[in-house]
Amino acid sequence: MKVTAQPSADTLTLHLDGELDASSAILLDTELAKPDILNYKKVLVDCAKLSYISSAGLGVFISHLQRFQDAEVKLVFFNMQEKVFNVFEILGLDALMTIVPTEAEATAA
Amino acid sequence: MSATLRITCSRSNLQKVRDFVREHLVEEKLSAVTVNQVVLAVDEVVANFIIHANGEDESQFLDLELGVSPHRLDVEIVDQGETIFLPPSHQAPDLREYVRQGRKGGMGMTLVHRLMDDVSFFARDNHTVCHLSKRLP
Repeated sequence: MKVTAQPSADTLTLHLDGELDASSAILLDTELAKPDILNYKKVLVDCAKLSYISSAGLGVFISHLQRFQDAEVKLVFFNMQEKVFNVFEILGLDALMTIVPTEAEATAA
Repeated sequence: MSATLRITCSRSNLQKVRDFVREHLVEEKLSAVTVNQVVLAVDEVVANFIIHANGEDESQFLDLELGVSPHRLDVEIVDQGETIFLPPSHQAPDLREYVRQGRKGGMGMTLVHRLMDDVSFFARDNHTVCHLSKRLP
């Protein structure tokens, strides 16, 4: 699992590459827990190369969501593979999180 | 078709478990979504056994057996540790409350129950066994 952060003006884009499980979730948690992430207006999560997510990975996003909302930082997922979106959907997380098909829509969200 | 795998109780072995399940489903001509659902259910149960039942003690191990017959898949996961680990009865989580509390865990077994048609945990010969099954198209 690789997490690459790409800052740009008021937006931080996180590119996720690989499989997010109970072993690798700590990498993402470390990235989302950085205090300066709350200085951005938006955090976009590029899921194009995210090929797998388990409850441990979902839990990392859930555990930071309130903190982001309190700081008025918008968290938006895009480019999500169907099999990964299916996992969000099964838990009902698609109703709690902003998931859009493309980067253009994520930027506009 | 039936296949087996033995792993030690380290979360670094979760990748090996997922690769094992994928490898043995590749010939079944299932959709990527269905394969991922089975992989995820097995990964969640194995992670629970590794982390919660065995405290990541690498001297302990788990045995997996995966069987595919026409229109049905069965997976048995046996925790070779001697502590019986039967999860409490399953209740759907209140996700809005999880968000409010900043909770990280507590969704794994919900996923397993929603992904598979049958989920059972029981004790056999002083070991904990999890049996998962799913109807296949």
